[in-house]
Parts: sequence; C-alpha cells; structure tokens
Amino acid sequence: MNSFFAMHGAAIRDALRRLAAAPLGSILSCLVIGIALALPCAGWVVLDNLRAVTGSASGVQQISLFMTVEASPREVGEIESRLRAANPGNWRFIAKDAALKRLQASEGMAEIIASLPKNPLPDAFVVEPADTRPEAIERLAKTFSAWPKVAHVQLDSAWVRRFDAFLRIGKLSITLLAALLAAALVTVTFNTIRLQILAHAAEIEVAKLIGATDAFIRRPFQYFGALQGALGGLFAALLVTGGGLLLAAPIAELVALDSGSFVLHGLSAAQIAALAATGTVLGWLGAQLSVAIHLRRIG
Amino acid sequence: MISTSAVSKRYPEGCDALKEVSFEIAAGEMVFITGHSGAGKSTLFRLLAAIERPTSGSIVVNGQNLAALRKSAIPYLRRNFGLIFQDQKLLFDRSVLDNVLLPLAIVGLPARDADRRAHAALDKVGLQGRERAFPIALSGGEQQRLAIARAVVNRPAILLADEPTTNLDNESAADILEIFHAFHQVGVTVVIATHDEQSLARFSPRVLQLEHGRLAGNAA
Repeated sequence: MNSFFAMHGAAIRDALRRLAAAPLGSILSCLVIGIALALPCAGWVVLDNLRAVTGSASGVQQISLFMTVEASPREVGEIESRLRAANPGNWRFIAKDAALKRLQASEGMAEIIASLPKNPLPDAFVVEPADTRPEAIERLAKTFSAWPKVAHVQLDSAWVRRFDAFLRIGKLSITLLAALLAAALVTVTFNTIRLQILAHAAEIEVAKLIGATDAFIRRPFQYFGALQGALGGLFAALLVTGGGLLLAAPIAELVALDSGSFVLHGLSAAQIAALAATGTVLGWLGAQLSVAIHLRRIG
Repeated sequence: MISTSAVSKRYPEGCDALKEVSFEIAAGEMVFITGHSGAGKSTLFRLLAAIERPTSGSIVVNGQNLAALRKSAIPYLRRNFGLIFQDQKLLFDRSVLDNVLLPLAIVGLPARDADRRAHAALDKVGLQGRERAFPIALSGGEQQRLAIARAVVNRPAILLADEPTTNLDNESAADILEIFHAFHQVGVTVVIATHDEQSLARFSPRVLQLEHGRLAGNAA
C-alpha cells in the first residue's frame, strides 16, 4: 500500500514538474482546452437561463376565447353553457371589467385607460384543455371560433411551443458543438503527450531497461493529461463566470426597463466541479490514447 | 543462477551472432565474457538481460526460463539484475542523485528510504558529495561509477556489465573493476563482458571466451 501511494505520488510530482518545466506551453494548452470547454458551457448557460424565463409558462397549454365587445351577458352565458357541455378541461371566465382593472394596475397604463371613453376590452374565457395534444387543441380552437359572438380564439401556448422547439434545437446544436470540441480537446492532449513522450524518450528507454512496468511509464503522462484537462476546465469556468459577470449589469438594466425580475444564473460550484471533471476525463483519455500508441515505439 | 543451453541468435540480416552457446554460472561467481569485437559479447549481454530473445535454445535465470516469459513479466525479471550498459544510459537532465533514485522509484520505495539507499550506493562507488552534480560535470570514470551506483542501488542478485571499462584510462578501469570485485566478495553474481583482457589478470576469474559467436573457452 505504501509503495502504491509512493508511486502515484511520484507520478503526480513528475507530471507537475513537467507542466512547470514548460510554463508557456502548459498555459497555452490550458487556454485551448479552456476555450474549447467554455464555448459549449456558455451556450448551455444561455439556454438554461432562457428556459428559466419561459419555465413557468411552458408546461401550460391555454386557449383564450375573446367575445365581441358588444356581446351581451346573455350571449356570454350561452358560450358558458356550451363550454360546460363540451367540457374541454378547466376553464375560467374573465369579465371585461376585471380585465380592465388588471390592465389599470400595470405600469403606465392607468392614464391611458382613464382617457378612454369606454372599456375597449371584451369578455373572455381562458380554457386549459385536458387533452393537450396539438391536434386536439387545434380542433377545440376551431370549434370555439365557430360559436356565435366569438371574435377571436388564440392559442396562448403556440409561442411557448415554438420557443420550446427553438430551445431543443439550441440544445442539440450545443451538444453537437460540445462533442466536436471534446474531440478537439482529446486531440490537443494527444499531441501534447506525443511531444512529451518524444522529449522523455531517453528516460523512458532507461526506465524500461531497468525494470519499469508499462503502467509506471504511462502514469506520469496520464496524470499530466488529466491535470492539464482539469486546469483547462477551471479556466473555462473562469471564462464563463467572467462573461456572466460582464453581462449581468446590462441584462439587469434591460430587465429593469421591463419592470420584470430576472437574475442571470451563472455556474454553481457543482457545475464548476463537473466542468473540471470533464476536462480531467477528456485529458486523461487523450493521454491514454497517446501513450498507448507512442510508447510502443520506444525501447 | 544463470544457465544457457544451445543458445543461438540470428539477426534478420542473416548474420549469426551466437551459435549453440551453453554454460552455467553459479550464484556468487564472478565471470568475464571475453572475445574480440563482433564475437557476440554484447549479444549475449542483451539475451541474458532479456532485452532480446534467442532464436533458439534456452536461458534460465533464477529458475525462470526467459524464452517462456510473458512480456509483462520482463520488468520484474529485470529487477533481479543490475545492468551496466556500454553507453551507460545516464540521464543527463537529472542530477546524480536523481539518476540513482530512478530504479527505486520504479519499485515504489518511499522517498525517505529511497534517499537513504541512494546515498549509500553513491558512497559505495565513491561519489559521495556529488549528489547535486549533473552527469555532464563528471569525468568518464565517475560517470561509469554513477552507472554502477544506479545498477546496485536496488541490491540486485546479479550484476551484468557490458564493456564497463571501455573509454577509461587504465587507472579508472582498475578502480571500476575493483568495485565489481567488492560486490562479488559480498555474494553478488557478477558477469562482465569485456574485450579488455589485461584487466583479467588481477582477479584470475573464470573466463568465457567467445569467438565468432561460439564458445571457444570456459576456464577458471
């Protein structure tokens, strides 16, 4: 057990020494790895924040049913009884007066509404269909629009669905980008380790001749790749967090204009750890591939 | 300790480096393998150290048949040997001490024990006080002594040396042979391949004489 720790400790020290021996090269490699990891990570953070914006709405499918402005209470009652008969799911009535009151409450609208001669808003029903399949919702909307004194039927969920589809495409693109950049990261490490092996050819040859196992020779290179990947991952976290901090102020300003409340979510500690772990695993993989191919040629 | 039977080595170009060589070396013996250059000394050295495999015949070291050895077992076999190469194979980017520490790192000796042993090995070859120097700063004789320190630091049962006194002046060569003799006297099996037959007279050891790849003499 003692010798196990001694060997791994020595391999880690060796890897650190090799990283420190060529500081410029090491920094550049970490930079490349960091940028490769930061790009998909930043995209992911953006998507995550967009999803948080629509999160509250995305699950609910709504149909808004607007009456004509001149519809009488009796005509509204007719629609209400038809809805009760059709029983499409949950629904609620929003009277035109209630709608006006709500509009008055929103910022800057009070004076505009006060200046209006009469309430321009119609009575409306908001239906949350039980059957949320797109074709069922379309059918319901068609039925509703054929009813008397119904001015307009609006699928409130349409933009959310479209936005969801957009997010899915975004997520897929970022996943593809991440896969490509992961391959690039493995390649960068592969090549760095190849150069390392060439630079240490004499040492590897001697070590093999005096009884070093393949595992002993591979170990410092594997740690080197993993360490470089981990540092790259941390650098990526730094880039993404820095970018987030730079964007936070302008976004807050924009959101304040809209009197909304939105906080840009950066990376959590767990996500930073995951980023470093991803770098570690990919770095190790590149090193492993490189030693498997290049060490055979020495000794 | 070491026994070979009908060992032949043919290189792909068709040259027979060794033909039907058989001998035995007992534990604790000191044996010189001599012959002109091209007689097969270095080939025999490489076969004994399992750096190459014989074309035919068998080599048994410490009860292990090298021909039947799996590739993954070779590193562990090598740890029985202290190897001293004709070109020494010192690492010039490491200090004297770090060169000697390498075999101990390979077996995973904890740093403190390794340090103690490396210093002891350097003392034995007379390089105490030069630990921090780099091999380039050492004389030819000192470099050879460093190679010996690295070979013995693991306390191997067998010392195998290929032309250890080449390129050394007579005085340094005598010093080196004296060091080998000291290890022989404490029970280490010592096998030295050399063309420098003058040096043999001092120890009157057993000599295996190779001529054109054949064993021409086996005499004490």
